[in-house]
Amino acid sequence: MVSGPPLVVEGLAKSFGAVRAVDDLTFAVRPGAVTGFLGPNGAGKTTTLRMLLGLTRPTSGRALVGDRPYAEHPRPARVVGAALDASSFHPGRSGLGHLEVYAAQVGVSRQRAHDLIELVGLAGAADRRVGGYSMGMRQRLGLATALLGDPPAVVLDEPANGLDPEGIVWLRRLLRTFADEGRTVLISSHVLAEVQHTVDDVVIIAAGRLVHASSLAALADLAEPETYVESPDPEALARLAADRGWTARPEGAGLLVSAVAGAEIGAAAYANGIELHQLAGRGVGLEDVFLRLTGGAR
Amino acid sequence: MRAALVAEYRKLVTTRMWWVLLIALAAYLAFIGGVMGFSLTVAPQPEDGTAMLEGAELAAAVYSLVNAVGYVFPLVIGSLAMTMEFRHQTITQSLLVEPRRSVFLGAKLLVTVPLGLLYGLVATVAVVGVAGPLLEVAGDGAFLTDGRVLQVILLGVVVSALWAVIGVAFGSVLTNQVAAIVVILAFTQFVEPIARLGLGAFDATEGVARFLPGAAADGLMGASFFAAFGGGESDLLPRWAALLVLLAYAGGLALVGRLTTLRRDIG
Ligand SMILES: Nc1ncnc2c1ncn2[C@@H]1O[C@H](COP(=O)(O)OP(=O)(O)O)[C@@H](O)[C@H]1O
Ligand SMILES: [Mg+2]
Repeated sequence: MVSGPPLVVEGLAKSFGAVRAVDDLTFAVRPGAVTGFLGPNGAGKTTTLRMLLGLTRPTSGRALVGDRPYAEHPRPARVVGAALDASSFHPGRSGLGHLEVYAAQVGVSRQRAHDLIELVGLAGAADRRVGGYSMGMRQRLGLATALLGDPPAVVLDEPANGLDPEGIVWLRRLLRTFADEGRTVLISSHVLAEVQHTVDDVVIIAAGRLVHASSLAALADLAEPETYVESPDPEALARLAADRGWTARPEGAGLLVSAVAGAEIGAAAYANGIELHQLAGRGVGLEDVFLRLTGGAR
Repeated sequence: MRAALVAEYRKLVTTRMWWVLLIALAAYLAFIGGVMGFSLTVAPQPEDGTAMLEGAELAAAVYSLVNAVGYVFPLVIGSLAMTMEFRHQTITQSLLVEPRRSVFLGAKLLVTVPLGLLYGLVATVAVVGVAGPLLEVAGDGAFLTDGRVLQVILLGVVVSALWAVIGVAFGSVLTNQVAAIVVILAFTQFVEPIARLGLGAFDATEGVARFLPGAAADGLMGASFFAAFGGGESDLLPRWAALLVLLAYAGGLALVGRLTTLRRDIG
């Protein structure tokens, strides 16, 4: 087992001139879980991560890795492995060359660089210049760089960008393994669906402010179930919905009813002698919750 | 610091730039050495007695082309070492693994010293290798055993290393790669030569010209192609003072870079 450090953000704020990119942000990321750091484009995710990693100085507040700021760890890359930008490579350097450059300062051998390039599936392209890499290959190389120091915490900014579906499944498994080993894992994304099957916890921001932080399950509880219902007599069905005060909107040949369980709709239709041809739960609209949460802050 | 030096060394040698520039430097200086060696010996001299130098003086002046013509190469490779980080945004990764920004800058400055020495060595071999035999066969001699000439040759290599360091320091101030190269070319090819001429033309300002970086480098070598043939000021700084002036340029620029570029947010 690894004991990952908690990541703590306290009252963090950053202004770029008149733009309040991050505004009084407070949250914590626990070890042993994958935390999704979510928000629409421009919400302030990258800025927050850059402050966490000592690249950008906060206007106020602070961010800690374990008991101190990132930059105050003697060998910080051995505590947090981070990948921020998929394009931060010298195009003329080979993938392996890139890893070897940073291996020295992370304090690991060249062999470790070799091992990692294999782990991320770039062994065949190790000696090719990064200028010819695809976006997905750059993501993998960035990840390999982050993992050089076998860090107990991993911070990845939009790691799924440009990855093929196979790559996303692979990344998901890898992150799951890290969390199960006890590491702290924080990944950002502007698409909830992209990380929905990967994360245990979510921290959602919009316009620089925290709008929600909980487990993924607790986020799902905020989602109202929707039920699709279809009848050969749509007028009777619409009348029923109006009588009962259901929130419903037409969809296809039927109605989409919000926040009413399928059983209740079925019973009401039966009682009113309305024939039903379909009655189907639409699961939880997590993406809708996400949009509602992040849209409200605009 | 050792780890930072290893990393910076690997940054330099894992791209092609260092040897592409090195080859260009060798070819260019061999060409210039040939042209100068030829025109000062084989080609007919003007009748009015303007051949200002002869013997060991002439040899030293020709060999000092390493600085007069060659200094732009170590200066450029030094500046590239820094501006590449910003151009390709690798500065982010570099500061992630080494958040102590003074260590980052210090390692970059130090690691270009051996590269600058290599550039100086190749430049010297190119100039001396081509101009030397010409001077020997058609002129007064190559003077390669003359103590004073040897000093000029050796210090030419040292000067090259200083230029590389100044290049890094300059790149830390002006991080835009294209702008940095344009400014270096403009300064070394136009501004400084004109300033040396202009300042050297008046008694009041004659002393000032010696402190220009190229003139100070000539002072450190103890020979100046520019002063010998380009007109302008002829007295150079004493070696110790010239060394201090060059170190001051490097240190001053590095300090400015540390207090501006490297204090800002990255990204
Ligand atoms: N260096 C900068 N200078 C000025 N504005 C910036 C800078 N970096 C980010 N911003 C602004 O801050 C806001 C948050 O950006 P960012 O953190 O990149 O968001 P996200 O990563 O969530 O998409 C945006 O409005 C962006 O334009
Ligand atoms: Mg971003």
